[in-house]
Amino acid sequence: MDAYKLELESVGKTYTAADGKTVPALGPVEMKIPDHRFISIVGPSGCGKSTLFNIISGLLDSSEGAIYVDGRRVDGLTGITGYMLQKDLLLPWRTILDNVILGLEIQGVPRRQAKERALPLLAKYGLGGFEHQYPAQLSGGMKQRAALLRTILYDREIILLDEPFGALDAQTRTMMQEWLLDLWDDFQKTILFVTHDMDEAIYLSDEVYIMTARPGTIKRHLTIDLPRPRKPQIVTSEPFMKLKEEALKTLSEETMKAYAQETTAG
Amino acid sequence: MESQWKAAGTAAEEPAVVKRETRGPAPKRKSSGLKYEMSTPKPWAVALGQVGLFALIVVLWELFARVGIINPFFWSQPVEIIKTWWISVQSGAVWIDTMYTFRSTVLGFLLGTAGGTLIGLSFWWSKYYARVFEPFIIMFEAMPKLALAPIVVLVFGIGISSKVAMGFAITVVITTLTTYNGVKSVDKDLVRMVYSLGASRWQVFRKVIMPSAMPAMISALRINIGLALTGAIVGEYIGSEQGLGRMIFYAGQTYEISLIWANIFNLSVLSMLLYLLVGRLETWLLKGFTHQK
Repeated sequence: MDAYKLELESVGKTYTAADGKTVPALGPVEMKIPDHRFISIVGPSGCGKSTLFNIISGLLDSSEGAIYVDGRRVDGLTGITGYMLQKDLLLPWRTILDNVILGLEIQGVPRRQAKERALPLLAKYGLGGFEHQYPAQLSGGMKQRAALLRTILYDREIILLDEPFGALDAQTRTMMQEWLLDLWDDFQKTILFVTHDMDEAIYLSDEVYIMTARPGTIKRHLTIDLPRPRKPQIVTSEPFMKLKEEALKTLSEETMKAYAQETTAG
Repeated sequence: MESQWKAAGTAAEEPAVVKRETRGPAPKRKSSGLKYEMSTPKPWAVALGQVGLFALIVVLWELFARVGIINPFFWSQPVEIIKTWWISVQSGAVWIDTMYTFRSTVLGFLLGTAGGTLIGLSFWWSKYYARVFEPFIIMFEAMPKLALAPIVVLVFGIGISSKVAMGFAITVVITTLTTYNGVKSVDKDLVRMVYSLGASRWQVFRKVIMPSAMPAMISALRINIGLALTGAIVGEYIGSEQGLGRMIFYAGQTYEISLIWANIFNLSVLSMLLYLLVGRLETWLLKGFTHQK
């Protein structure tokens, strides 16, 4: 059990509808994730990816199953993982520097000390010169960088990223992917990454989980054995295309199911 | 592919010399309305118009009173008003009354705003308590608080405290509701994000709720200063030893119409001054707390 960084054991979530019936929303989900891996989770819309992240981060209670980090049961606890949503969620009244140190501040690190720790990181990861600006003065990509650095600086070994680049334009997105890989290399975190973009998932990850339509379970677990470091051009290579074809075929079956669910329910 | 690009590039580098010839005059714009929509009047012209209009009103008022078109017994006339005003300036009564009203307004404003802010923020703390209190607050808000003036003056006496209490009563509820609405409209994801960083409820309150509700609170300031002034004046009508409201009420009772007008003039100056001060305060607070463009 200790061999894995993060383990999900039949994690599931059910809701009680207005008429008293229980509606399954997620699971059971099984995952065994080794340390320092980059894991992507892809699934049709509404399959419960965000619910899964909310459960892992402790913001939402699961209805069943257990979560282990380093073999210790952690379900229902917040503060175990670093969690970043698609929205940057920077506090508009704080400077970038003050936003980035928010996690440290909440942990009780003195502000001056937190700033000393943050400043070199801001400089190294492309936010040098922006420390004392406010979020409204920054572009979407820069704001996502700040939000991600806040998550990194919060210094959890597991980081959950829920479509962090979903709202960015294609060019910024490619740049941010490179940037994220650098960050992952430097900090040796275990990253769980939700995305809709199969190219992004395969390009970034060691393993890709493809989920079924609602209630989402793991449909397929792909190991991406492309050599690292990867260049962006890899997306046009033969092995990449093969992996992508296979993954997309699996996903499209589930997307059709999800679509059918939606049309019958609506 | 590459040679294509290059070819295109070289072509663009050597633009052909284009000779421009002017054939005939520029077309005449038909719509002068569009030009009008895009224009703004000159500031000096606006100021001149405003001063002129004021002068016109004063002159016509005096003229109509003299020839008997309006009855100066009821309406008084500018010359008389200025005389009365000047006497009160010389006797120092203006300063005493204005300062009295100023003090009670500012105190009522500060207490009402601070109290309402605290109550509004406290509603975030317990959903149960907020639900229980909400209808009472709304009921109190719907009621015309000026109707309370006789009771307030009875309870607090004819001194300054009853005017402060009026200002408080009239501002505290609206501030409570505004702040509570600000608290309720805080981005839920922002709150979740801070919890995900392991924050306690108190930390969420301090780092997210309070600053998020700040713009709503600041927007209440400008409304509150006018309300507090109204409260103070009505308090003075009911019973007071000093103040602009008392002077107006007293002058009305003794048919000294020019004294009413002189004090209404003082009141307008005071209220403009208060708005100016609060406007400054608002700009300063907005700059300090929110950095949205």
